[in-house]
Amino acid sequence: MTRIVITGAGTLNPLGANLADTWSAFSAGTCAIGPLTCRDVERLSVQIGAEIRGFVPEDHFPRTAISLLDRFSQIALVAARQAVAQSGLEIDEALGLRAGVVLGTAGGGNTTVDDNYRAVYGEGKNRVHPFVVPRLMHNAATSQLAMEFGLKGPSFTVSTACASSNHAMGQALQLLRSGAADVMLTGRSEAMLCFGGIKAWEGLRVMARDTCRPFSRNRSGMVQGEGGAVFVFETLEHAHARNATILAEVAGFGMSSDAGDIVMPDVDGPVRAMRAALADAKVAPEDVGYVNAHGTGTAANDRIEAQALHLVLGAHAGRVPVSSTKSMHGHLIGGTSAVELLACLLALQDGTIAPTVNHTETDPEIALDIVPNTARKADVSVAMTNAFAFGGLNAVLVLKRWI
Amino acid sequence: MGPEVMQRNTNTAIGERVMAIIAEQALIDASDLTPESRLADLGIDSLGLVECIFGIEEAFGITIPFNANTPDTPGFDLSSVGAIISEVENLVARQAA
Repeated sequence: MTRIVITGAGTLNPLGANLADTWSAFSAGTCAIGPLTCRDVERLSVQIGAEIRGFVPEDHFPRTAISLLDRFSQIALVAARQAVAQSGLEIDEALGLRAGVVLGTAGGGNTTVDDNYRAVYGEGKNRVHPFVVPRLMHNAATSQLAMEFGLKGPSFTVSTACASSNHAMGQALQLLRSGAADVMLTGRSEAMLCFGGIKAWEGLRVMARDTCRPFSRNRSGMVQGEGGAVFVFETLEHAHARNATILAEVAGFGMSSDAGDIVMPDVDGPVRAMRAALADAKVAPEDVGYVNAHGTGTAANDRIEAQALHLVLGAHAGRVPVSSTKSMHGHLIGGTSAVELLACLLALQDGTIAPTVNHTETDPEIALDIVPNTARKADVSVAMTNAFAFGGLNAVLVLKRWI
Repeated sequence: MGPEVMQRNTNTAIGERVMAIIAEQALIDASDLTPESRLADLGIDSLGLVECIFGIEEAFGITIPFNANTPDTPGFDLSSVGAIISEVENLVARQAA
């Protein structure tokens, strides 16, 4: 079977504005959760989140372009430029026809929707900016990337709530394996830290009061974040032909549906997704050296995920480092598993396991080595990353170290 | 509903409205509820509970402290229909004060 590798990674997320800064923050156990600064924040009962600070769109885009770019598209473009630069790809007309984009999203242009609903409903305006639709549509970022780099092959957007990035990267993997393309840009960004975006989550009563403490007994829920990451996926043949530096192999992908509850997670669905991903990667459970957990910090997810890991990994589940980096960058919703893939790359490339920070109380129901609070060195040749979405849609990726 | 109207509500009326909201979630008749009824026994799951709380908040213009991740320390007694009614009565009284 055609092997697929990662040759570029870029990001803009609450922990850093590029791969190196994000890796440093992962290694230092930095928590980017803080007070929210969005408009009308005083009317929110959730007042914390992980915002990207210091991002000035005008530093990256001309003013005429900004009017067409929702924040989620801006983040995706910034990340994609870094990824393409790192890959060293020169995309000419011929390669453009063999290259595409698959991104995942949950909220699409949520900020644009929020701003314009406010204008027409709240402020009684009868006119909106002409570019509302091209900004808010779920495929806006995908199309902006395709236009920026001249990618004319298979391109589309995947929407599976909090598993969107993993589903997108899984699709990119399968398109490359199928021969439909030689190079794919994939990953995701999300920018939902606006009044309406947070208010909607508030309604579910699952948001944390203090901070995000995945797997800690005193956890009180999720904390939202914003940002994303974009990767260059490439067939090994194509990467070798141009002597590209390889960051890791995308070895396996598995997905499943719970067909159970619209919000409550199930054990069986995640188990089947993890087993499918490991089988696809031809990896035995005991070879997994790091698991980046879905680890949202809700009572339900963390307990169920721990049970699922024990079913899949057996006795190895108690030994393998399992961390939730959502404790640092928050839950980036559709963009979250893309940023979490950066933690997998850090484990494979640098042998550093990003910790689960904000851990203060061991939960007897979570029999996992969650790498509490401080990063750790480990020899990792296989990393698995989980994403279990609302709606019971599960997507798991397995990466292998490239030596 | 304005605060003057709220004040005119007798506690019985509060209880009846709370029971009507819970009964609607449980798909049963309000007359089948007793103060001892427990929501889980009525078939109300976590989503149904969140909807009940929302319905009560909207009906009385109050905010109920509830986080689905820490149901055992809710800051609001949800253990039975009667407990919920007396918590709502307290919140309504505090609101009117």
